[in-house]
Amino acid sequence: MLEQLEKIRQEFTERIKEADNAAEVEKLRVAYMGKKGALTAVLRGMGSLSPEERPKIGQKANEIRDYMESTIASRTRELKEKELEAKLASETIDVTMPGTKRRVGGLHPLNQVIDEMKNVFIGMGYEIADGPEVEYDYYNFEALNIPEGHPARDTQDTFYITEKILLRTQTSSVQIRVMENKKPPIKIICPGKVYRSDSVDATHSPIFHQLEGLVVDKGVTMGDLKGTLEIYAKSMFGSDVKVRFRPHHFPFTEPSAEVDVSCWTCKGKGCSMCKGEGYIEVLGCGMVHPEVLRRCGIDPEVYSGFAFGIGIERTAMARFGVTDMREFFENDVRFLKQF
Amino acid sequence: MKAPLKWLISYTDIEIESKEDILGLASDMTMSGTKVEGIENKADEISKVVVGKCLELYPHENSDHLVICKMLVGSDTVLQIVTGAPNARVGAYIPVALDGATLTNGLKIKKGKLRGEVSEGMICSFEELGLDYEDYPGGIDDGVIILQDLEDFKDMSEEELNQLVGRDIMEVLGADESVIEFEVTSNRPDCFSITGLAREAAVTLNRKYIAPEIVVKEEGDEEAKSRISVRIEDPDLCSRYIARVVTDVKIGPSPKWMRDRLQQAGIRAINNIVDITNYVMLEFGHPMHAFDRRFVRGDEIIVRRAKDGETMMTLDGIERVFDSSTLVIADKEGPIAVAGVMGGENSGVMDDTREVVFEAALFNPVSVRMTAKKLGMRTESSSRFEKGLNAVNCAMAMERAAQIVEMLGAGKVLKGTVDCYPVPYEEKKVPFNVEKINELLGTDISRDRMVEILTSLEFKVFDDHVVPPHFRPDVVCLADISEEIARFHGYNNIESRLLTGCETTLGRKNRRQTISDMIRNYAKGIGYYEALTFSFESPSVFDMLNLPKESPLRNAFVISNPLGEDFSVMRTSMAPSMLKILSLNHARRNESVSVFEISYVYEKQEDENELPNHKELLSLAAYGDMSFFDIKGDVEALLDSLKIKDYSFAACKDEPYMHPGMCAKVFINGREAGVIGRVHPKVCDNFECPENTYLAFVELEPVIEAAVLIPTYKELPKFPAVSRDLAIVVDKEVPANEVEKVIKQRGGKVLEELVLFDFYDGPQVPKGKKSLAYSLTFRDNEKTLTDEDVNKVMSKILNGLNTILGAEIRN
Ligand SMILES: [Zn+2]
Repeated sequence: MLEQLEKIRQEFTERIKEADNAAEVEKLRVAYMGKKGALTAVLRGMGSLSPEERPKIGQKANEIRDYMESTIASRTRELKEKELEAKLASETIDVTMPGTKRRVGGLHPLNQVIDEMKNVFIGMGYEIADGPEVEYDYYNFEALNIPEGHPARDTQDTFYITEKILLRTQTSSVQIRVMENKKPPIKIICPGKVYRSDSVDATHSPIFHQLEGLVVDKGVTMGDLKGTLEIYAKSMFGSDVKVRFRPHHFPFTEPSAEVDVSCWTCKGKGCSMCKGEGYIEVLGCGMVHPEVLRRCGIDPEVYSGFAFGIGIERTAMARFGVTDMREFFENDVRFLKQF
Repeated sequence: MKAPLKWLISYTDIEIESKEDILGLASDMTMSGTKVEGIENKADEISKVVVGKCLELYPHENSDHLVICKMLVGSDTVLQIVTGAPNARVGAYIPVALDGATLTNGLKIKKGKLRGEVSEGMICSFEELGLDYEDYPGGIDDGVIILQDLEDFKDMSEEELNQLVGRDIMEVLGADESVIEFEVTSNRPDCFSITGLAREAAVTLNRKYIAPEIVVKEEGDEEAKSRISVRIEDPDLCSRYIARVVTDVKIGPSPKWMRDRLQQAGIRAINNIVDITNYVMLEFGHPMHAFDRRFVRGDEIIVRRAKDGETMMTLDGIERVFDSSTLVIADKEGPIAVAGVMGGENSGVMDDTREVVFEAALFNPVSVRMTAKKLGMRTESSSRFEKGLNAVNCAMAMERAAQIVEMLGAGKVLKGTVDCYPVPYEEKKVPFNVEKINELLGTDISRDRMVEILTSLEFKVFDDHVVPPHFRPDVVCLADISEEIARFHGYNNIESRLLTGCETTLGRKNRRQTISDMIRNYAKGIGYYEALTFSFESPSVFDMLNLPKESPLRNAFVISNPLGEDFSVMRTSMAPSMLKILSLNHARRNESVSVFEISYVYEKQEDENELPNHKELLSLAAYGDMSFFDIKGDVEALLDSLKIKDYSFAACKDEPYMHPGMCAKVFINGREAGVIGRVHPKVCDNFECPENTYLAFVELEPVIEAAVLIPTYKELPKFPAVSRDLAIVVDKEVPANEVEKVIKQRGGKVLEELVLFDFYDGPQVPKGKKSLAYSLTFRDNEKTLTDEDVNKVMSKILNGLNTILGAEIRN
């Protein structure tokens, strides 16, 4: 009997090795351990054994049953693993084929520059103001110390709608609107479109963008103007640029200045970008003219302030290396996609 | 303003010894407020060109137009040069470009052979040296320079000429002067002059300004007023008019040094008298004029407004018609000059002029500017007057002119001036307060230093005020004084700080700006490129958009002085701008394009004198492989992203530029807020866009109002949802949103969601009908819904659909 059991066990061991899928393993399980299985038959025949033999044989049979069960279980696991491997292998794809891209758009390069400037000034505590593009002569010129007949009117060739209404030539008009409506402290920037009757060419456009800034409070000094614009210049053009202030003239600021930044392309040595000068002019600024303050109902004996105006196109052209301003307004998607 | 360097520093004790000195001066001037635009020296371009003397000249054997010259270029150096110059001759002193020389435009000269003959250089013309023969009397343009043929050299002896051999030609011709071009700001008329620039340079470099000494001798006893009288009829436009008379005038060229300076400053030399007026204008910044006294009829100069329709031919040969806004200089008969702008052809100095009346006057800047603009002739003179000159300098200019006349021996200056001076110059007091200046600048500059700066600028300084010099009309208040102090203290020596003394403010975007930026970023995220377009349009776009004659969109703001028809009206619709973008991209064969822009349209108000209503719109535009529902979906997604719940669409058949069957109005919170649709094929044709072009416009204001920036949390559902599908057949004309409205209304609050998942109008449904299939989700927040509960709601919905819309359930 013992021999018979041993034989069954050997035979099972042989056959389980050959079973190479789940169905065959199941067949084996039925063949040995099913109701009519070989091992079951042995166990059934236990009744005919002598009481001395029975525990011995029983123990052996149980041993073999445990053995078979665990072997079947491990064989099944093995086969499942193999099957999964085969499945995964069959599912292999060429991952170097192109992905299914989602459509992505982009923001306009000029607006990207404006967005960045906004972030710089918001970080310094500025709010963003708005003003109309179609504007009264008063806000665009008169209130900014540019009366009728002033030569500055000639340098800003103006589009007129009526004698009193025009397309603003500078975002400075917003300074007046803000000061008329808000009491100091005032700390605003205003980006927007401005209009001058320049024919379209690589460096001129009848419509372009400026960003105006205005600060009015007690005790604002030219040192504050310098500090503020140095921070601006360094965050826009790199922390290693040199910033210099040059006296200039604007009717609505006094003292006035133009700000140059050392050329970020040649590091100030002189190249085609900076026309050999080593510096690039980036903005105009100054201390708000006391007459302008007074006209807006702000007492220049108590308050002072500074203002600045930044050309967006110039900044963007220098930043991205665009050489023809017209491209900003053509909106060819092949151009827009580059930013 | 172009300033010849030697002329400039001749009024100072500045010494320039090297290129570095010039660059240093330029950079210092830039930093004190007179920006240097460039430094030019014609001699910089030219090298190794010297004066040579032609010793021998004989024909070239292998050419009928070339000759061979033997040129002496040093004490005993003779070069053989082959040339085609027709005017070369033995004994001529001619510039010779040596081997290795550089001529204008970088042209290099090398020793070589010409048709078998050695040529050791080249003899040169004015053009080859970058010069204009017309600046050198006696010079020609179709041959080489022959020194002794030029007016300036023709009186030299051979010995003197021999001294020139071997010397640098640019130096010999006086063409080696550095000319600095300054950018002069409009508030500084004084710097539109060499003396003004010299004064700035002197203060900038801490050197001395040396004003030219003016002495007029005046010959004889006859007085100017015996020959001419002056009357100012309009003192509001002319506050001073000085005349001097010069007799025994000998018209001829002015001396070389004067012609050189004029030419270097960009003014062509004409004759001694005219050159003197121009020279003085450059030197003192005050324009002058010279009349031939023969043509001042009645010996009287009358400064008056022109009569309407009065005419005169100006010096440029153009017949001008005046009106009463023009100030003219007239004689008894009529105008002889446009005041401050240009002289008349009828009274100008000519070769046979014997007697001259010099004018130095002060005209109203606005009047001159307006006149110059109206007549379209901005001149050296008008551009100076319009910046505002002064009466004191006016007199100095006259005296200087008289002095130069005497110096050049150009005529006899009669005694005295005729000086009509109805509005005398008054000195002005400007407050001076050291503390306030330091407060404004954020500096700690001593009073002594301030006084030093101001004094060197010729301000008179008193305890609490200063008196600016007559040539500084720009200085009227303390801020102006502060700028003078800051300029010479050095802007870059002011210590930077960051509003340390001021209140802290909060920087942020407001709601409108925040939402606008959210929309931009979302549009970018779903594949749109942001565009930027011009806000003006051609009025022809209204027809291109199919707009009916009475369309309010045609009522646009018209620009009175546009750049051209194409830019002449402020846009009332974004459609043309968007279609033009698509058209350009289509023409450039860009497949599938989606762009967006947030920008204004301008609605005219009833009152002409009111500013337009600036209406802000979001515009989407696209073409490519897409349908109406793609662009609609994009708009829906945008609104969803802003948590806007209440929006809807309704068919719109009458938007003139849209496809009548594929266009919808957008409603937000029940208010019309935009339009979306496929563009009408005719309009696509007009703009040359592809047929499948789509546009969507949404007003920003209602979006901003409805957007939810801070949503309120709603508890997640505790009870399970039940889904049911519902397929119905309904008349084709019934819009889907009507069906949805009924479902929502009948479904009540347990209807959580409904989604259309199928639409069919093929042969499987009766003609004129369509089938719509929805998936409905039900949920009760209080309990688990039973089948029975849901069945009840479903039958309510079906009932409603049937009775209200005549819909049947589809099996
Ligand atoms: Zn550079």
